[in-house]
Amino acid sequence: MNERNLGDVVLEVKGISLSFGAIRVLNNISFNVRKGEIRSIIGPNGAGKSSMLNVINGVYHPQEGSITYRGETRQQMKVHHAAAQGIARTFQNIALFKGMSTLDNIMTGRNLKIKSNLLWQAIYWGKAQREEIEHRRKVEEIIDFLEIQEIRKTPVGRLPYGMQKRVELGRALAAEPDLLLLDEPMAGMNVEEKEDMCRFVLDINDEFGTTIVLIEHDMGVVMDLSDRVVVLDYGRQLADGAPDEVRSNQAVIDAYLGVSH
Amino acid sequence: MLYREAGEFKSTYQADQAILTIRQDRWFMWAMLAFAFLVIPLISSEYWLGTILLPFLILALAALGLNVLTGYAGQLSLGTGGFMATGAFAAYKLATAFPELHIVVVILLAGLLTAGVGILFGIPSLRIKGFYLAVATLASQFFLIWMFNKFGWFTNYSASGVISAPPMSVFGDAFVTGPYATAEAKYLFTLSLVVLFALMTKNLVRSNIGREWMAVRDMDIAAEIIGIKMLSTKLKAFAYSSFLCGISGALWAFVYTGSVEPLAFDVNRSFQILFMIIIGGLGSIMGAFLGAAFIVLLPIFLSNAPHWIGLNIPVDLISHIEFMVFGVLIIFFLIVEPHGLARLWQLLKEKLRLWPFPY
Amino acid sequence: MRIERDVIYIIIVTLFLMVAIPWTMGQISEDIFFEWPFFFEVAIGGLLAGVMYSLVALGFVLIFKASGVFNFAQGAMVLFSALTLVGLNELGMPIWLAIIATLVVMLLLAVVIERVVLRSLVNQEHIILFMATIGITYFLDGFGQTLWGSEVKTLNLGIPSDPGFYFDGKILINDFDLVAALLAGVLVIVLALFFQYTRIGRALRAVADDHQAALSVGIPLKHIWVIVWAVAGIVALVAGIMWGSKLGVQFSLALIALKALPVLILGGFTSVPGAIVGGLIIGAGEKLAEVFIAPLIGGGIEDWFAYMLALAFLVFRPQGLFGEKIIERV
Repeated sequence: MNERNLGDVVLEVKGISLSFGAIRVLNNISFNVRKGEIRSIIGPNGAGKSSMLNVINGVYHPQEGSITYRGETRQQMKVHHAAAQGIARTFQNIALFKGMSTLDNIMTGRNLKIKSNLLWQAIYWGKAQREEIEHRRKVEEIIDFLEIQEIRKTPVGRLPYGMQKRVELGRALAAEPDLLLLDEPMAGMNVEEKEDMCRFVLDINDEFGTTIVLIEHDMGVVMDLSDRVVVLDYGRQLADGAPDEVRSNQAVIDAYLGVSH
Repeated sequence: MLYREAGEFKSTYQADQAILTIRQDRWFMWAMLAFAFLVIPLISSEYWLGTILLPFLILALAALGLNVLTGYAGQLSLGTGGFMATGAFAAYKLATAFPELHIVVVILLAGLLTAGVGILFGIPSLRIKGFYLAVATLASQFFLIWMFNKFGWFTNYSASGVISAPPMSVFGDAFVTGPYATAEAKYLFTLSLVVLFALMTKNLVRSNIGREWMAVRDMDIAAEIIGIKMLSTKLKAFAYSSFLCGISGALWAFVYTGSVEPLAFDVNRSFQILFMIIIGGLGSIMGAFLGAAFIVLLPIFLSNAPHWIGLNIPVDLISHIEFMVFGVLIIFFLIVEPHGLARLWQLLKEKLRLWPFPY
Repeated sequence: MRIERDVIYIIIVTLFLMVAIPWTMGQISEDIFFEWPFFFEVAIGGLLAGVMYSLVALGFVLIFKASGVFNFAQGAMVLFSALTLVGLNELGMPIWLAIIATLVVMLLLAVVIERVVLRSLVNQEHIILFMATIGITYFLDGFGQTLWGSEVKTLNLGIPSDPGFYFDGKILINDFDLVAALLAGVLVIVLALFFQYTRIGRALRAVADDHQAALSVGIPLKHIWVIVWAVAGIVALVAGIMWGSKLGVQFSLALIALKALPVLILGGFTSVPGAIVGGLIIGAGEKLAEVFIAPLIGGGIEDWFAYMLALAFLVFRPQGLFGEKIIERV
């Protein structure tokens, strides 16, 4: 898929190192993400993949390195800044709001776009109501897109795992992100659910032009979807390149087959 | 008439987002309101209006406030009594310093002042969570009560530390405080305010701010990642919750008892309100009312029950047995339905919707 | 146990402030009397009182550590055990037998609580369990007083209660407080040994870390709960004896739970040493503030000072001084 026309670099991480106490989770990681591409991060368990996403959207603050997003270079991202600048994400262990319905969960994704103040919301009339309905319309589009109409009013705590993953994706989409971070969106799914999820990821990338950073274990999925792949192992960067290059990289093969270094 | 949503199709999002989407629910609510406003004042005795319904409504308002903070925003608080006291004393200072102010203005301003105090004591919630926060809110409880007791300024230097509400009317002769106020006027005045604030609260919790509160409650870190600002969301919950508690305290002091001392809002009051929302149902508007009804009626029932069955038990023994029964009932309710009376009500409705074909 | 550097700094700053603030107050205000022997007398009195707070906080910590339940009923258990002890004594039981009988009652109570309450509420949210312990509080307060009456009773175990003069007669310390502090110290050491060196103790610590791990040790969770509530009951009895001898056995004993809460959040819900250090800081801080600060703002600050003090600590250490750091993961 290298022939796809990729845009400029939107995100660049340089020399990122992150430690918790004495444990080094990420060690001098550098890669970039181009506009409109699907970028995958792969690696064995404990490689630091999720930590990398947490660094990108400001949950973790790396001790070294820099992050350049939309031309602005920072030593570390802040959670709120990342959200306001159009970075949305899903989580490896689903982080939905369990007590709320599917609809409400996705509606929270639009919180940054709602402008009515507390008093207007208390009165729930005129401006506030119009705004609420307008956002509801957008959310219904997402619900249609993800084909989850019939669970609209169900509390998410009662939904099966695969559906929860979908709702979480919906919540991230509701923010109309420029950069979408997906942490193992297909983990624990059956083949059919995986196919659906792949289709959604491709459609999001295609139709909305959203740039996607993806963590995934299923190599078939990664090789099919991704434009470029970064490989991490124990916090170190093993390789970076197109799927075919990565696949034939000796270090990667060793890491995956467990050859001692 | 069957209780069904079948055959009702909503063609607009507005209709689908209405408070009560099932037609029978709407009818039931209007009937309840009509009954509360029109029938109850006619059929109830002064005793029922003044000593049961009035405290029920006022405490339900405080429960509503606490439910916003604890049930919706997930911030466990044991400082409700302190905030009610703030409302009561703020109303007293306002009413005595500016006698020309209308009672509704006095009560609203007292609520706003309490909201300010609530924000102040809500600031630690940004760092402190769960039971640590609950214990920390006791600091506000004890500090506020101490302050109102200690400084004569708050009571206009009354020797007994008791404040008494000046007579105030809504319009003309319709007094709602002081010796000329009738039980009916007090009841209707309180009912109007409580219905208004219940509606406002319902609107808030179905709007963006309500979703933000619940998001913070269910998973604060995920809420932050999707852009919800922790500090302002939590402080809004503290502010609105204390606003309602302050108004409840002002009503308690002015309309219900007429004169009050800080002790009326001690830590036991905080626990009482907490019981209401847990028995009634956390995160439910209906739950605040059901819980308040339960907690107000239960002691009345318990202290009268021995007489009805002809037992004559000494008063102090009764109060000890009351404690016991109260404790047992709380445990019993938690075991039977940890999600409170509101959940039971909901289950009943779900059954009814499917009746008579349960599957 | 590894103590973090922050905690050591905080404690050093606290000690410094505890000396510096009273001294400064003494210099700037006419109303405040400051002399070094007097200062030490107040501080030591406070520390000894603090040990008594620790005793109640300890019961909370044990249960929270092993089951995650915030046991509001600890205060009621103190009252209930003291009432039972005095009640049995008044019925003619010699005091040693009454103590043994009360121990048995507290064990039975633990079994009943586990059977009736905990087992039915297993896996419920923490707030529900917290609420249930408030239910237990009401029940125990009512039940104890229904059985044994509500008038104030004296409990005399023959512990000397005369004031004693130490350090050349310059510093006055209540002998009773000394004995109480010693006893509390012994109890803490016994508990620490119990946790460190017995199989059950190790299992209890395992439960605190991970319920699954505890199961693999081979002790069923329900037994662990009974044990931990029983141990908390024994701690409550000791606290009940000490507080009851000091203040008389009466309803207000249940309220000392409110005194123990600031100790708890200051020390950390999950830490036995935290309960001790927290108790000492709260006890000394409260007494010092009462003598050297309170006269300036009208007195009567004992209701809230401990809470404000604990709150100030929480701002720097949201998990308490020795509590486990909450690491958020996504």
